[in-house]
Amino acid sequence: MIMIRKNAYLSEKLFDEDIEQGPTRSGYGKGLVEAGEKNKNVVALCADLTESTRTEAFAQKFPERFIQVGVAEQNLATAGAGMALAGKIPFISSYAAFSPGRNYEQIRTTIALNDANVKVVGAHAGISVGPDGATHQMLEDIALMRVLPHMVVFYPCDVEEARKATVAAAEYKGPVYIRLARADTPIFTTAKTPFAIGRAEIFAEGNDVTIIAAGPLLYEAFIAAKQLEDEGSSAEVINCHTIKPLDEKTILASVKKTKAVVTVEEHQVHGGLGGAIAELLGQKYPAPLEIIGVQDRFGESGNPAELLDAFGLSSPHIVKAVERVLNRKS
Amino acid sequence: MDYNGAMKQYSIKELELKANDIRQDLLKALAKAKSGHSGGPLGMADVFTALYFHIIKHDPKKPDWEERDRIILSNGHICPVRYAAMAHAGYFPLAELDTLRKFGTRLQGHPERMRLPGVETTSGPLGSGLSQASGMAYVGKHIDKKKWRVYCLTSDGEHDEGNTWEAVMFAAKYRLDNLTQIIDRNNIQIDGNTEDIMPLNPLKEKYEAFNWNVIEIDGHNIEQIIDACAQAQATRNKPTLIVANTIPGKGVSFMENRYEWHGVPPGKGPEDTVPKEKQLEVALQELQAWREEIEARPET
Repeated sequence: MIMIRKNAYLSEKLFDEDIEQGPTRSGYGKGLVEAGEKNKNVVALCADLTESTRTEAFAQKFPERFIQVGVAEQNLATAGAGMALAGKIPFISSYAAFSPGRNYEQIRTTIALNDANVKVVGAHAGISVGPDGATHQMLEDIALMRVLPHMVVFYPCDVEEARKATVAAAEYKGPVYIRLARADTPIFTTAKTPFAIGRAEIFAEGNDVTIIAAGPLLYEAFIAAKQLEDEGSSAEVINCHTIKPLDEKTILASVKKTKAVVTVEEHQVHGGLGGAIAELLGQKYPAPLEIIGVQDRFGESGNPAELLDAFGLSSPHIVKAVERVLNRKS
Repeated sequence: MDYNGAMKQYSIKELELKANDIRQDLLKALAKAKSGHSGGPLGMADVFTALYFHIIKHDPKKPDWEERDRIILSNGHICPVRYAAMAHAGYFPLAELDTLRKFGTRLQGHPERMRLPGVETTSGPLGSGLSQASGMAYVGKHIDKKKWRVYCLTSDGEHDEGNTWEAVMFAAKYRLDNLTQIIDRNNIQIDGNTEDIMPLNPLKEKYEAFNWNVIEIDGHNIEQIIDACAQAQATRNKPTLIVANTIPGKGVSFMENRYEWHGVPPGKGPEDTVPKEKQLEVALQELQAWREEIEARPET
């Protein structure tokens, strides 16, 4: 039996077929309204994607605090920076391919270097965007954002965590990036599940391998851990929702115990969560590491499930990666 | 509190003398730094003088005073003129100008908000200032309903950037009449003349077609600068563009209208008229002669 931590307060339906599903962008939509209710300085800007980024509820509830900028991501970032410098807490949302994809320099100079209190929200990240294909399946945004000084990077695992991340971003003073997904995925955390900026959460305890995941693929990590348990290997599953700043303490403590690591994310294998963990372990505690991610290629059209399988990101691939890393343990 | 009420009222002649001091000081700082831009700062000295010493409401001792007018410098590379104007206005000691571009300085090669109080935003990468100014103006007009105004200084060269035009549409859509853009229309950019590199004309008609109010002036006539800003302030429901026709390198004969002086300090410019080791000295002599002309003129 997989050792789910009691104080993680995960959904009782974690492994049930009928677990509730939703896209993380919906959690953002809820969190944005909540943040707007708590603080009147919260404003939202959108670049002609109000419905699909789920900024709509905020726009309806607080029309005087919603600013439509049109299909203009450079202006989205810089007008947002200007509003932050005038005392507001702007959430700027678009698809990750366009923001931070298209407006990277504007984010670097006018938000990060300026230390402007802007929250950059990149929806439709990952190949699970599906039929829209490679142009819209952003796979490089974590790499872009985590190398920027001052920038906090969140990658929530489900709707509930996206809601918490959004509220936390509004309360935190400084630039934040929130990575969101389009597809429906299981909602397996609950309102009581702990969430704090910069703190990785151990969701399941194990001794043989540490699986560190971020984003909706964390659920696949659970499926893999369950199968591994049946095969006699116990996996520790860590939710690394904050990729920057990285919770080195929690991660190192786990790896010192298990001495083998698999990371899981819907991003290029270079520069993302796996890259961050490799940097950490390489310098502080070298241990066998397998990085599950997209292998230096672009995405393509398809439905999310078949793409996750084809690109080697679903639970069977995580199981195989664990088997490989266990074989490398001395 | 209306800080401007307590501010010293300068005559036009005094403002012209101030602009001359600013030109001399920015050239000295650039020569000491041994790098940086000369042409643009000299060309915008009159606009910066008019802004800091007559037009804007501000308090150099309280740079983050909430009711201040905001000056956004979009083309950050001309910051030596902003630094010199700020020093003369009392934001920091004149002696600090000597630290321009040096290790540990608050006067970075391109201006940084986090380092120098009074610099409203970090700039250098071109084309993003007008958007930031528009974001501020949106907050002032539509959300907080404040009286402060936003002055955004841009270059003609940076109008090649698409980001600029995104902001032009945004400011017009939201009727940002608290926003005044002053474009340094000096017709040069790094690789040559603007109309060769990427033509911008007809500039006035372009902006009018984008629903802006446009005023064209001589960017070295301080009276015209002040009047145009007053007209902009009186204009309702439209942002205003002031096209300030300027001469890059203004005041130094061998620098005027030459794009070769865009990105170099005295001591590193073209030597066809003045040898490198004499460039600062001759420039200061010319500016001093101009100063004496202004001084000799009766007050109008």
